[in-house]
Amino acid sequence: MSKTISLDGQTVAFAEGQTIMDAAMAAGIYIPHLCHNPEFRPHGSCKLCTVNVNGRNVASCTMPAAEGQQVLSDTEELNAERLALTQMLFVEGNHLCPACEKSGNCQLQAVAYYLGMMSPRFNHFYPQREVDASHPEVLLDRNRCIYCELCVRASREVDGKNVFGLSGRGIATTLVVNSTSGRLGDTAIAASDKAMQVCPTGALLVKRRGFVVPIGERIYDHRSIKEVQTGGGHE
Amino acid sequence: MEPCEFPDIERRLAPVLEKHGRDASGLLQILRDVQDLLHFIPPEAVTCIAGRLGIPRTSVEGVAGFYAFLSLEPVGEYRVLFSDNITDNMLGNRELMQYFCNKLWVEPGKVSEDNLVSVDTTSCTGMCDQGPAALVNGWPLTSLDHNRLDLIAELIRIRKPVAEWPPMLFEVADNVRRKDALLGEAFEPGSALRATLARGIRETLAEVDKANLRGRGGAGFKTASKWTFCHAAIAGEDGSALCDIGGSPVRFIVCNADEGEPGTFKDRVLLTRYADLVFEGMTIGARVVGASKGFLYLRGEYRYLLQPLEAVLQRRRDAGLLGDGILDQADFSFDIEIHLGAGAYICGEESALIESLEGRRGRPRNRPPFPVTHGYRGRPTVVDNVETFAAAANIGLHGGAWFAAQGTSQSTGTKLLSISGDVSRPGIYEYPFGVTVEQILRDCGGEDAHAVQVSGPSGTLVSWQEFGRRIAFEDLSTAGAFMVFHRQREMFAAAHNFTHFFAHESCGFCTPCRVGTQLQKKIMDKIAGGHGTASDLEELKNLGHVLKTMSHCGLGGSAANPVLDTLKKFPGTFERKLKALAFEPAFDLDGALETAREITGRDDEWAHL
Repeated sequence: MSKTISLDGQTVAFAEGQTIMDAAMAAGIYIPHLCHNPEFRPHGSCKLCTVNVNGRNVASCTMPAAEGQQVLSDTEELNAERLALTQMLFVEGNHLCPACEKSGNCQLQAVAYYLGMMSPRFNHFYPQREVDASHPEVLLDRNRCIYCELCVRASREVDGKNVFGLSGRGIATTLVVNSTSGRLGDTAIAASDKAMQVCPTGALLVKRRGFVVPIGERIYDHRSIKEVQTGGGHE
Repeated sequence: MEPCEFPDIERRLAPVLEKHGRDASGLLQILRDVQDLLHFIPPEAVTCIAGRLGIPRTSVEGVAGFYAFLSLEPVGEYRVLFSDNITDNMLGNRELMQYFCNKLWVEPGKVSEDNLVSVDTTSCTGMCDQGPAALVNGWPLTSLDHNRLDLIAELIRIRKPVAEWPPMLFEVADNVRRKDALLGEAFEPGSALRATLARGIRETLAEVDKANLRGRGGAGFKTASKWTFCHAAIAGEDGSALCDIGGSPVRFIVCNADEGEPGTFKDRVLLTRYADLVFEGMTIGARVVGASKGFLYLRGEYRYLLQPLEAVLQRRRDAGLLGDGILDQADFSFDIEIHLGAGAYICGEESALIESLEGRRGRPRNRPPFPVTHGYRGRPTVVDNVETFAAAANIGLHGGAWFAAQGTSQSTGTKLLSISGDVSRPGIYEYPFGVTVEQILRDCGGEDAHAVQVSGPSGTLVSWQEFGRRIAFEDLSTAGAFMVFHRQREMFAAAHNFTHFFAHESCGFCTPCRVGTQLQKKIMDKIAGGHGTASDLEELKNLGHVLKTMSHCGLGGSAANPVLDTLKKFPGTFERKLKALAFEPAFDLDGALETAREITGRDDEWAHL
């Protein structure tokens, strides 16, 4: 562990094969992110974790750490860009926090609070997206999907079921499920699957568990996502 | 479950599946054929293909939903897609499309009630020198006018198979207007390869290095360096299933013929008239890096070139220029396979192209690692532009010094430009690097120009004040597009068209591009509709910054170029459209009350805003 990078002026050690995000997490430094989960191979799609390395912007979750890198993360400019990306995620989908069971446990909401998001800024797209309640135990609300592919990865790599995938392109990208009918009820998913535990938003929910943890006692109700992720590991 | 509409799907797909084998890398080619067969890809076909290839159903649906020429919903038996580049717009394609739709009683974007025909727009089809253009079931239609559309509508109405339509509808002219070192010389197939073998492999790489050949796709990376890296690379870990030919690690040569940048059509002409030169350049590259397999990734819009190109490949095999033991060299085996795209600009990005070659969604990969070390199937891969390979063949034949004698010190050799728009002689022009915009405009009959979009929407907008600038990597770097706009053209319209292009072609992987290109499009729509304000211009600049600095790949990174360039160089074109208000709603307030007026039966003064 003799190799180091400089992260916002702080010297951070890293091991061979670690990304900048890995090194930061190991050192207890928070870099905002949504599609990244240390249990899975990095994805690099949300771009919230973008940092500046030796003058160039890169996603810290996919960029291998290398000796001597000068990394800037917690800067006014990058946080402003991250805020803009978060606002983009809010307006492209239908995220109605007060009516969402995930409120308080939602990473999208928590990141928005962390970045000081006070308004959506952009006009809402109000897209028409399908809700799939066909499964007895599981609900898929595509209105809240941010295409991080964590459920795709978990179902493929941990559950071995390949229940989820992305189809469409661009803004018409959509989460599809593995059945000829296109319905979740006809897939092999189960409430106990890993895929059900990794959604950063409320797109995938286990049914009949609403308000088991009351509002006010949820993960991010009293602690910021930075405190949660640097203090108590990943959600 | 609903009753199955395709109970005999296995039988119907059998020939297609037989043809492409069981390797998942054939998925895109399979889906293309299924689309041709059934006019869409029904859920039953997705399940059937997934089972056959042994991949998840979601992977098949993912690919089928990604490419514009594939469709998960039925489209018409005749699918007519009007090319919608700005050059097509300037030639009146929108009016022609509406005329055509009216004739066939179909709405743009919808399928006619008898499922006979659907009409829509598509991104530039590479026929800007002979537009307005369109595709019918994937075959190019050029120089469209009312007469031709009357004929086409009639052919559709009588259900004449496209293969039996009059050939003149599909005529594509080459329009080569100026030839130089590359196009000017008759090429003897095999001559460059023979010269290469006689000179030696290392020596030929040294010649490519001496020539200072740089990538013709626009990025300008040094070709000799790319080849050297690929040659030196150790094969990736996940390629173990591949056989090891000739005792060396498996490497690949890929020719990027996904010429999707609007306004670019030089590769179309190179592949039509100079295919031997291109294939020979690939073969030389293969010899240098030690590759035994090559791919030509041909954009779906150029499928009409597939058969002629296959014929050239066969001719080369017969002549001992491809296959096992090329030119009697026992240790030299190399062959080329053509892979068709299916309507996705992003596949011109090299790592997205490789994903597509492997039969997946064309999504740019995370880098590092780069394709030269981890490319096709995780193996070292060279991806070069069509024109780069043609130039490499010329270097193989004549040597590096000969090549470097033309152009500038940093940009050696010549460049093919595809010129379209407001000029009297559109077509292909080959110039030594360093030529000024002014000179080009004189040659092509574009004296009346006040702007040129160099290298397409992702390139640079050049105003009349900058016509002294030069085509070169150190000044105006270009993949070849050169779209000319005369004084009466509203430059806002071009920027507006390009924002739609990027929004349509964004792959959707990363947040800034997926959402940012949409926001940019929506704001441009708002301004075009007469609702724009000064704050919208500020928001466009902010969005441009997010796109440039946060995007995953070059598509998002350059998606704001046309807007930012136009704002800087032609601010008036925006300002004339703005309302002089601090705030303006994005929609018509009074119009929004229309439903309420209808319900209440009122139309008096107080029912209006």
